[in-house]
Amino acid sequence: MSAASQPALIEIEGLTKRFGTFTAVDDVSFQVARGEVLGFLGPNGAGKSTTMRMLAGFMIPTSGTARICGHDVQLNSVAARRALGFLPEGAPTYPEMTVTAFLRFCAKVRGFRGDALDDRVDRALGLTRLDSVRLQPVETLSKGFKRRVGLAQALLHDPPVLVLDEPTDGLDPNQKHEVRTLIQEMRAEKAIVISTHILEEVDAVCTRAIVIANGRVVADETPAELQARHPSGKLDDVFRQLTLPAAA
Amino acid sequence: MRTTLTIAGRELAGYFATPVATVFIVIFLVLQGTLTFNLGSFFERGQADLQPFFSFLPWVFLLLIPAITMRLWAEERRLGTIELLLTLPVTQTQAVLGKFLAAWAFCAIALALTFPFVITVNLLGNPDNGVIASGYVGGLLVAGAFLSIGSALSAATRNQVIAFVLAVAVCFVFAVASYPLVTEFLSRNTPILATIARRIAVLERFQDFTRGVVSVRDLIFFATFIGFWLYLNTVLVEQRKAD
Repeated sequence: MSAASQPALIEIEGLTKRFGTFTAVDDVSFQVARGEVLGFLGPNGAGKSTTMRMLAGFMIPTSGTARICGHDVQLNSVAARRALGFLPEGAPTYPEMTVTAFLRFCAKVRGFRGDALDDRVDRALGLTRLDSVRLQPVETLSKGFKRRVGLAQALLHDPPVLVLDEPTDGLDPNQKHEVRTLIQEMRAEKAIVISTHILEEVDAVCTRAIVIANGRVVADETPAELQARHPSGKLDDVFRQLTLPAAA
Repeated sequence: MRTTLTIAGRELAGYFATPVATVFIVIFLVLQGTLTFNLGSFFERGQADLQPFFSFLPWVFLLLIPAITMRLWAEERRLGTIELLLTLPVTQTQAVLGKFLAAWAFCAIALALTFPFVITVNLLGNPDNGVIASGYVGGLLVAGAFLSIGSALSAATRNQVIAFVLAVAVCFVFAVASYPLVTEFLSRNTPILATIARRIAVLERFQDFTRGVVSVRDLIFFATFIGFWLYLNTVLVEQRKAD
């Protein structure tokens, strides 16, 4: 299932989240190894963000658990979060802060000081092409820039595990291409999970795809295998077939 | 500790990056000045002390401090930044303490800007500056107590109006708990509650400070009071962060 030679950096075991009687995430288990880019697909409300929030230790699971680099996200949450770069849904940032001030704050919280802090912030600004707006308050930026500020924050400490909730949402085609190239470049030494409902993204960057519907994993395979599920060979058709029971 | 101070520093800078700081400080100073000089008959009394100033201070805090605290956690939820903050490698306690310390430092700045009162009273007479200093310490502790209540209640709801109204109400209860109206009523029915009410009353403790008495008991009271509400705050953040 995963690249067998590499140890799994993300391990999710029987993760379940219920809100009252509604089960948002239902017994989800998977592993992601170094070198893998996992595309996390599913319709809106399928449980993608909830799963990612539990993986980041933000939401407490009803049952099951997740480990990042061997650290349990519940029992050893600070160690797990040190190894994690997380882009929350909607890429939230403090609107009144400038891009540099915001990244410096995140770097300081992550324990960087002095020259190391400057280097980290400069590197993150460079990777996400934010140099031109570094002294602007985040609230004055366009949607695409805001998303990249969130991305820069996730990349700041060069973490072994990246969890990105819709990293290319709101970007124009050129920016999407840049982010995908960036993910490709970082792929070798990281375990990366990206959620998306842009299916072309799966073809472009993912080595593996998980489709989730109504909180359950309905497919976990390579993009090629996924495409082969429908006679048309189109991911759109496969997606509909998997997530709309009526269309099956 | 470093992480806590980093969070506090960001928060404090946030107050001054928005009109919150200016509006709060100006209104605080105008209100405190009007009440002291007019209602408090600062000049007519003919006494070189800051009694009128300190007697109005808790009531001004009662109105204005919930306005600071109502946004502490509710705003993070609205912006979604709570998800960012709590997925950085910080503990809930560090986040709660950082926010509280920033708000407290902000109140200290506002309080420090009332220094013209001290100058005025020193120009007009020979006040006991020790009493004035202990009054300021007491004022800062009352601010801390109200802030801890407001911060906890802000974590309990995502609605800022509810957070404000609840904070004013709860602060008011703790402010007046030792008033005869309350304690007499309680002692007629359940005497044990009257004793408790007298013990937990914030204003009664504050009055010791304004008389120049800084007692260890009062300091322990405020430390415990603030500690209790901040602990509650941490629990509420943990429970309700993802709601």
